Amino acid sequence: MPAKVITVTSGKGGVGKTTATANIAAALANMGDKVVCIDADIGLRNLDVVLGLENRIVYDLVDVVEGRCRLRQAMIRDKRLPELYLIPAAQTRDKSAVSPSDMVRLCDELRPEFDWIFIDSPAGIERGFRNAIAPADISVVITNPEVAAVRDADRIIGLIEAEEKGPPRLIINRIKPEMVKKGDMLSAEDVLELLAVELLGLIPEDGEVIISANRGVPVALDGKSRAAQAFRNIAHRLKGEKVPFLELEEQGGFFGQIGRFLRKGGG
Amino acid sequence: MLNLLHPSLGYNLKHAHSFFAKFFGKSEATNRLLIDMVQVKGIREGLLFLLDEGDWEEGRRALFKMVSERQEFWRGAKVALDSRAVVIGEEEILSLKDELSQYHLTLWAVLSESPSTQIAAQKLGLATRFNRPQKNELEALNTIFYEGEGAVLINKTLRSGYRVEYAGHVVVLGDVNPGAEIIAAGNIIVWGRLRGVVHAGAEGDTQAVVCALDLQPTQLRIADQIALTPQRKGRPQPEMARLIDGQLIAEPWNAKER
Repeated sequence: MPAKVITVTSGKGGVGKTTATANIAAALANMGDKVVCIDADIGLRNLDVVLGLENRIVYDLVDVVEGRCRLRQAMIRDKRLPELYLIPAAQTRDKSAVSPSDMVRLCDELRPEFDWIFIDSPAGIERGFRNAIAPADISVVITNPEVAAVRDADRIIGLIEAEEKGPPRLIINRIKPEMVKKGDMLSAEDVLELLAVELLGLIPEDGEVIISANRGVPVALDGKSRAAQAFRNIAHRLKGEKVPFLELEEQGGFFGQIGRFLRKGGG
Repeated sequence: MLNLLHPSLGYNLKHAHSFFAKFFGKSEATNRLLIDMVQVKGIREGLLFLLDEGDWEEGRRALFKMVSERQEFWRGAKVALDSRAVVIGEEEILSLKDELSQYHLTLWAVLSESPSTQIAAQKLGLATRFNRPQKNELEALNTIFYEGEGAVLINKTLRSGYRVEYAGHVVVLGDVNPGAEIIAAGNIIVWGRLRGVVHAGAEGDTQAVVCALDLQPTQLRIADQIALTPQRKGRPQPEMARLIDGQLIAEPWNAKER
């Protein structure tokens, strides 16, 4: 089955593109799909670190494009998941080392052998973004429930639409249900009302995600947290399964209940 | 005919002279074709490719013939295209941009006499005029758009980063999100939520109005007046903003009163 190319992008930096790419890709590979991740953030690569493959890089994306190695040589196989591969970015070059048509050619070469090709886009709307989006079949925009991140997501969605890539799908990352409840954070509904695109996933803020990214072990593999579950749900949705969204409102628990009671009493 | 103003190009002159020598050393027939179809000018912002009359396919072929023959010379340049009367669609501009990038040329602006080409370029986030408008370009605009006449319909939501400029009325069927801008010489009508920046009557028409189903612009300008939108109380309702005695006033749209 020819692979679907999924580009994960955001506009704003630091919203969780790389973490989401690593986790969704790992979740799919864990289900037995053949997955390759391409780090398109040339000069500021991170995906190798989050996947825990940094020390195994010999060749990179730019080496492939410039013909210094064969595609196979640049593909690093994950040590835990035999179906997961990474093509790392070059750290010593910049975005202009690769062109959008290079990326299309590369993905066309990979397509017959894989089920999924993930491209981790750099932040910004310049060459790096253009490279990442050029071969995309499905573009996934990731944002945080913050005004600045949503504004940048809106810009990115506009650019993706202008490239006639079809409507992108949205992941809202790092939601803090308590803050949403208090009205201190945009809710998923607020974000969706503005961006008006199809929702792919809601991921709560979770310390486990940060710890696992630092360790180079994607949390979606065996993490027990709600964020890990959220990433696995996204993987299922990409495979066309209907999975209900996490009910983030119910996370209040005992202290949440007290908080609500106190507010009621006070207000 | 071929205008290369080298000091503003940023290339060294030695390079430029050798280019001239090579270029004019070529056969008369080839030169004629290129010069007829595409002219190149050096401008402050980089290179300006001027298309001549004819259809886009011919212009494109001539342009790439020229570019591919001198790849090293053009490498890294910023390119603006003046399509003049030639109509170019959104997809065609996009593929031009991509193909130029393979030669390491960056397309950043498309100037055109055709409104549809201008809109197509704006949708792709390209500039449609230089920051300091050139005189002949303004004249070109005036000859196409008659005062107060003509309108453009934008059948989609304008997201952050889009900028629409039009010397007539602008109608949007969709939302105008924060970060988007509409500058119109005439009225601006938004069948949706208006949250970006709008400037109606941008050439001084104090009779211009701005209407929206939900009027919450980041900033609203009519002629030379500027207003910020106060926080809305209650449910959104269709409103119209206009100048009354020099004051920007937004009022609920009420058909019965009209």
